[in-house]
Amino acid sequence: MSTLTIYVPRDAAAVSVGADRVAEAIRAEATRRGIDVRLIRNGSHGLLWLEPVVEIATPAGRIAYGPVAPADVAGLFDAGWQHGGQHRLRLGDIQKHPWLASQQRLSFARVGVIDPIDVDDYAAHGGWRGLQRALEMGPADIVQAVTDSGLRGRGGAAFPTGIKWKTVHDTAAAQKYIVCNADEGDSGTFSDRMLMEGDPFCLIEGMIIAGLAVGATHGYIYLRSEYPHAWRALNQAIERAIAAGWLGDNIAGGGRAFHLEVRLGAGAYICGEETSLLESLEGKRGQVRFKPPLPAIAGLFGQPTVINNVITLGSVPFILAEGADAYRDYGMGRSRGTLPLQLAGNIKHGGLVERAFGLTLRELLYDYGGGSASGRPIRAVQVGGPLGAYLPESQFDTVIDYESFAAINAMLGHGGIVVFDDRVDLLEQARYAMEFCAIESCGKCTPCRIGSTRGVEVIDRIAAQLDRDRQEEVLRDLCETMLHGSLCALGGMTPYPVLSALNHFPEDFSPQRLRVAECPVP
Amino acid sequence: MAPDFRPQPCREPQRRKLLNLQEGRRDTVRLPMGKRSRQTESVTEVIPLLAAVHQMEVGAALARHADQPGALLPVLHAIQEALGYVPEGAVAPVAQALRLTRADVHGVLSFYHEFRRSPPAPHSIRLCRAEACQAMGSRHLEKHLQQRLGLSADGHDQRSADGRIDAEPLYCLGNCALAPAGMIDGELHGRLDIETLDAAIANMRADAGAAL
Repeated sequence: MSTLTIYVPRDAAAVSVGADRVAEAIRAEATRRGIDVRLIRNGSHGLLWLEPVVEIATPAGRIAYGPVAPADVAGLFDAGWQHGGQHRLRLGDIQKHPWLASQQRLSFARVGVIDPIDVDDYAAHGGWRGLQRALEMGPADIVQAVTDSGLRGRGGAAFPTGIKWKTVHDTAAAQKYIVCNADEGDSGTFSDRMLMEGDPFCLIEGMIIAGLAVGATHGYIYLRSEYPHAWRALNQAIERAIAAGWLGDNIAGGGRAFHLEVRLGAGAYICGEETSLLESLEGKRGQVRFKPPLPAIAGLFGQPTVINNVITLGSVPFILAEGADAYRDYGMGRSRGTLPLQLAGNIKHGGLVERAFGLTLRELLYDYGGGSASGRPIRAVQVGGPLGAYLPESQFDTVIDYESFAAINAMLGHGGIVVFDDRVDLLEQARYAMEFCAIESCGKCTPCRIGSTRGVEVIDRIAAQLDRDRQEEVLRDLCETMLHGSLCALGGMTPYPVLSALNHFPEDFSPQRLRVAECPVP
Repeated sequence: MAPDFRPQPCREPQRRKLLNLQEGRRDTVRLPMGKRSRQTESVTEVIPLLAAVHQMEVGAALARHADQPGALLPVLHAIQEALGYVPEGAVAPVAQALRLTRADVHGVLSFYHEFRRSPPAPHSIRLCRAEACQAMGSRHLEKHLQQRLGLSADGHDQRSADGRIDAEPLYCLGNCALAPAGMIDGELHGRLDIETLDAAIANMRADAGAAL
């Protein structure tokens, strides 16, 4: 009897709504029916509202069903899902689902498709080709290819990756490092996590290529401790890459060395800032460093260091395999390539949308997102994590690229979009922005350390309408100080959500506020 | 109890000692008093001892990670994984093994939210407090949890009155499309609601009843 191949995601989001229990139920039911099943724990295709999505390999291709609960499994076998049988949960070929078919998946091309920790499956789907090309090229040519692609840092700061690499390449040192910033702490973002869980070899390949380009033989992935599923996937993948000869002293028999290690953070948001991440990797408190020197010149353990976000490094294999032009042909203006956007919060169809720069926020929210989950009007969206601005409906036609967002005093950041319906209280959100900054401040600079605490107090006074107009003046002045006087983006950008809330939603700060009674004054 | 790292002047010098893990040697650190001090007795710095039952785990964590560059976080993670927290007494031996000061180790231990300095409760419910979860009603869930566990609304207590359940907050689990998210006994949950929370609390309390 032939073996039935079934895909059940190992992605943390799918697991959070029962994917492990579904996998167990499938195993048990298959055993009961005497069906031989090969269960593959793939990544998620990114249609997270439909998770757990189960796919069956039928002679006519993979057929998806979802969202599947353990209790549905027996019925699905009864409906003959082995042969793609009809069932109310049947989604058909998920690649033809409009949500997915309209995307431009470059970095996420394999996520959901392959077995994430199978080296050969990765190779069968175009993996390792970028690295093989890189092994044939000189370091300067690799750096040039990345520069030509127009790739900019996907972690949020959007710094040109090629320039960073060139600086490290040109700095002479006995030991250089590649560090991957996988401290994805921004609320509303999960693309790093999905790539690490769904296609960890893609990140590994990108890091090896970076090592070849700048002459680094050691890499670290600094992963946040809130991502245990990614921790397991990365370590399994590294182990297998070593066994298959893709990591170690002699990469793919080419005589070049690269060693890779995953290090865990410990619940500090600030460690997503590159210099405090380096401090943390060195075993210290995650306090921000003064710049200069740039990490590219004196980074980890004082050595030249490439530090890039997961998606930045995960974009590199495509660029090397398909050529810089193929990547640069996507996008608009100075924002080239694609950005994996993440729809989160109060959204009907939340998940991952990888598209070239250039679509509008409105298309994302309504065409992909389908409006709010609650069915109520969308009143505000926060783009770019806790340091991103709150945007009102009047700005939903903003085009998704770095420059358009900068032009409206907002930032695209890591591409996370958090949706709020009309019940959101923007004063509460502004207060939370200050509170979060106070909790997570590393304490090194005064505007951030003290300013955030004072900010909470001032907003509480506005809420209580105590000397309101003067307090607003104080708040704006405080934001000005934080914006210009902070050492890093945490203190420097906390004013974005605060001021955008104040400017775009003044009614929530007005004397007519309804919720005054709920906001105690300290 | 909150750790006290200040050198403690003692009327009767206490013989609390620093345990040297590698050589099994014991040292008493004596701090000389300044000439102008009115106190004539010598001061013995009190260094918290590592309980005998924890020595093996701390030693194993050091043996495994001490040689890595930047070893402190991996060492502390390994100790916490083995013991559930990093005991006060581990600071001195870790500092010694990694050639750091106790202040360095204490600084790192207290900087990172994830490191615990006291034993955890048997169960934990950790709700995400970040924006995507707020947009789906996490503030409401948080209030409900505080009421059910008898915690103050200011977020200062993070353990239920019966000592069975920890409720430390989290800031983003990367499950923002399936908000509100949380960790219940270390397991990630999406689309959390009051029913799920209540059922989890009931289970945890039933478990406490069974234990008695």
